[in-house]
Amino acid sequence: MGMTMNKPRYQGKRYRLDRPELLAPAGNLEKLKFAVHYGADAVYIGGQKYGLRSGADNFSFEEMREGVEFAARYGAKVFVATNIYAHNEDIDGLEAYLRKLEEVGIAAIIAADPAIVETAQRVAPGLEVHLSTQQSVLNWRTVQFWKEEGLPRVVLARETSLEEIAEIKSHVDIEIEAFIHGAMCSSFSGRCVLSNHFTDRDSNRGGCCQSCRWKYDLYVDGDTIAEGEEQMFTMGSKDLCMIRHIPELIDVGVDSFKIEGRMKSLHYVATIVNAYRQAIDAYFADPDGYELRPEWLEEVHKAANRPLNTGFFFDTPGTEDHIYEPEEKAAPYDFAGVVLEYDEQTGLAVVQQRNHFKPGQEIEFFGPGGTFFKQTVDELRDREGNRLDAARHPLQEIVLRVAEPVRPMDMMRKRIR
Amino acid sequence: MVATKPELLATAASLEELSLLADAGADAFVIGESRFGARLPGEFGLEQIGEAVRIARGSERRPRIYAAVNNLMDNRTVGELPAYLGRLAEIGVDAIVFGDPSVLMAAREAAPQLRLHWNAEMTSTSYAQADYWGKRGASRIVLARELNMEQIVEVKQRTSLEVQVQVHGMTNIYHSKRSLVDSYLGHLGKAPEQVDSALGQGLFLMEADRRDERYPIYQDAYGTYMMSSDDICMIENLHELLEAGIDSLRVEGLMKTPAYNETVVRAYRAAIDAYAADPAGYRFDPSWLAAIRRVQDPSRELSYGFFYKEQVY
Ligand code: SF4
Repeated sequence: MGMTMNKPRYQGKRYRLDRPELLAPAGNLEKLKFAVHYGADAVYIGGQKYGLRSGADNFSFEEMREGVEFAARYGAKVFVATNIYAHNEDIDGLEAYLRKLEEVGIAAIIAADPAIVETAQRVAPGLEVHLSTQQSVLNWRTVQFWKEEGLPRVVLARETSLEEIAEIKSHVDIEIEAFIHGAMCSSFSGRCVLSNHFTDRDSNRGGCCQSCRWKYDLYVDGDTIAEGEEQMFTMGSKDLCMIRHIPELIDVGVDSFKIEGRMKSLHYVATIVNAYRQAIDAYFADPDGYELRPEWLEEVHKAANRPLNTGFFFDTPGTEDHIYEPEEKAAPYDFAGVVLEYDEQTGLAVVQQRNHFKPGQEIEFFGPGGTFFKQTVDELRDREGNRLDAARHPLQEIVLRVAEPVRPMDMMRKRIR
Repeated sequence: MVATKPELLATAASLEELSLLADAGADAFVIGESRFGARLPGEFGLEQIGEAVRIARGSERRPRIYAAVNNLMDNRTVGELPAYLGRLAEIGVDAIVFGDPSVLMAAREAAPQLRLHWNAEMTSTSYAQADYWGKRGASRIVLARELNMEQIVEVKQRTSLEVQVQVHGMTNIYHSKRSLVDSYLGHLGKAPEQVDSALGQGLFLMEADRRDERYPIYQDAYGTYMMSSDDICMIENLHELLEAGIDSLRVEGLMKTPAYNETVVRAYRAAIDAYAADPAGYRFDPSWLAAIRRVQDPSRELSYGFFYKEQVY
């Protein structure tokens, strides 16, 4: 159902000349740098407080400052997620925190709790306030409410369709941000307290433990509907992927294309940003001649860790849009290293190890803009020239011959199946 | 000293149940229809709401009637809101309950005289949020059931809005726009028509590591709802909320029989009246709880909900 291809009526009625923003998650400073380097126009991060990913590394103010400076060199912005629903005890300290975000050069906060929205507007007017998807905004009247409250941008609920977005845009002149890739709650965001009930962890303050992906049994008339343990099901959603539908998203007027995943790996962030960056740029270079390139899709699948679908953009998700069985890792590739240096004369590269690799293994290198080649690992040496039977140590700097030129911050992955 | 009495708020599945619970001592009711209101025990179209208002005015207790307009609204529904709210104002409901700002926009336009109760369920979490909606016209905040006693008391101390908390019954713990039961049936190769998954059909979920807990689940045109496996019951410690001056105490009647709800309303009525008559000499009367226990479904535990819990995150 989610993949139904009934063309929305605005298809082909191209009126957008301005490029949407590509907004990427960054769980730490290194991910921020790679997200920006691979083409994100803006990144969103979490600070030490008020964010919904209490499990991510999260940024200190010092790291934020460094991230903002790095991003500025690329003309990119940094947003901070302050998307919890605050309890009484969270309110103290909020003003100081928001002022500090403004001071270190954060461009916007992403907030759900109106108390945080209002406090930011009052004490840190230099911060833009974007309304978080945790508010589950589905309609234009509510968007208009937030516009009248002075917000320049609303992140819609993931439950909004392309048609509904077009209608919202036709009523209200405001920036609309929409999730276009990544994991989704199967509930309305913010409307799930399963983790509170199962484990006393507060989901709306970052404590969610993915309880919807646990195993359930459905009872009808007092009896289980399925036979046997293996029939227990999860309520988890497949992940969202809209790379096939860039023109439709641009046409309906989505201003910011948001990728989910502050908990995701460096490899994931770089790969996904890279694919969407290329698709968006290709569209604007030649809208009429635009075609989806198969390699973008292949790249996305190399990073995906769950099956993908198109969420609510075309239709309400149905049977094939959920994950019922325990999940298998989908991608047959693993992140293996990051390029630090390259010597044109010798054709040797220095790669920082991120996962075990060894001679004889099939690897591939990729970089911003879609540079890509495959090769087999040849001889490995350390910086001192000692021969290695394998790259075993995390962050170890490894010298190896590469088949084509590479640049610092290019990435290396290995085939695992 | 005689204390001011908080409101005892109930739900009703029908006009008959509303009359029954009004006689049992309810001071107010939340009713509505699923086109605009979420998780309601029964359907009250405009005509029935009008009838409810007439019954209320004609009865001795004169209970207040609040209309539930608490759905997450979509584009189609927001177009219908101004007319709907206009009619509710004409009918003379005492307030509307909402959790989506589009309702506030429509009320400003079509029915500015309506009293507004902010209820976004799990996301209404602080005094600061109460004040925010207060400044925009709300007269009451309905607090998340996931708050504890200390937090509830502090909200009451720090906001000028009326504060409502749920003291009895089940709570919604998960709301999806997806038709999850149908999807799963499809996965099993069954047609959705093979199972009636509507409210009141007795479907429940069991989580693999919590086999003694039954989580009711049902679907309607607006998605899938999973409900708590236990029922909050604060009758033993009601005085803590009464001392704190909480303005409205809700007993949730969803998925309960009128007879059950009548018993519960009578028990809380007795406790509230006893406290008001003599706060200093108030003693919890075990017969109130015993009466509830007699009608309680044995598979559903009575619990203190989150009132005495510390949550982490
Ligand atoms: S349990 Fe699932 S649906 Fe609920 S908040 Fe967590 S990820 Fe979202």
